[in-house]
Amino acid sequence: MVVQEKARRAATRPARAAPARASILRGTVQVLGELLITAGIILLLFVGWQLWWTNIESDAKQSAVIKEFAQGLGGAMPASPKPDPSAAPVDYGTPAVAAAPVHAGTIGIMYIPRFGPNYTRPIVQGTTGDVLDTLGLGHYANTAMPGAVGNFAVAGHRQTHGAVLDNIHTLVPGDKIYVQTKDGYYIYVFRNNQIVMPSRTDVLEPAPTRPGVTPTESFLTMTSCNPRFGAEERIIAYALLDSWQPASAGPPAEIAAQVAAAVRGN
Amino acid sequence: MYGWIFRHLPGPLWLRILTSLVLVAGALILMVQFLFPWMSGFTAFTDSTIGSASQP
Repeated sequence: MVVQEKARRAATRPARAAPARASILRGTVQVLGELLITAGIILLLFVGWQLWWTNIESDAKQSAVIKEFAQGLGGAMPASPKPDPSAAPVDYGTPAVAAAPVHAGTIGIMYIPRFGPNYTRPIVQGTTGDVLDTLGLGHYANTAMPGAVGNFAVAGHRQTHGAVLDNIHTLVPGDKIYVQTKDGYYIYVFRNNQIVMPSRTDVLEPAPTRPGVTPTESFLTMTSCNPRFGAEERIIAYALLDSWQPASAGPPAEIAAQVAAAVRGN
Repeated sequence: MYGWIFRHLPGPLWLRILTSLVLVAGALILMVQFLFPWMSGFTAFTDSTIGSASQP
């Protein structure tokens, strides 16, 4: 408006050329300024989108995946049997090992009580963006499946897209990590953290960080970005298989409520 | 620029305000659907995998 007003005033003056040029200059500066302000707003919106909105989108997607998986189990998930404190822990023998699903197929659900009572995240085959950015924890396709002797390795975002492993640094040795598949429940016990450079693929070896060694135990390895809000390094969490129980035995008591909630879809 | 666009929208004031809101909403949808996912490829802090073969 001001520009127009001045331009009109300038037009009534006898000497036209100089004010007209000034008006063009003013208009250019104004458009440039508005474009720069727009770019700034877009960048702020992008930050908000990445740090906040992607979490909401991914959480919704992951809840849907969990619900679908849990309901797909159907009758294979009986109610948790009444815990009998006097009973000795039952040994169910060698864990069942399922065949790896196709890319983006659901392997199971991970429960980590240390991350809060509602920590229920899907484990999906593959570690490409389409899996990690929406579906949750991605299973490195060339590593073992849950329960197998070797290394069951998964990756997850520390921030954005659900931030599935945001609290990976809070794990304490001895913490239980539950993996539920269609076959049953695999109970891993957290052992230690390690912070490495992103190129350290040896953490995915069947015996983690020991290439060429034949594994004798079942490992769970989780990788995520480090530091939080950065990706200069990777934080690795190692866990060892402690025990397993088939689906027919019902869920372990510690996660029974969460397993039931997953079937209900919340 | 925005002033120029607003002045050149057709209709009475309330319609022009409504049209601008629709334009802003459309721009937001385009950004969330296409621009931001593309931009996120340039931010590094979402990389959580080991190695480079599977890196999105």
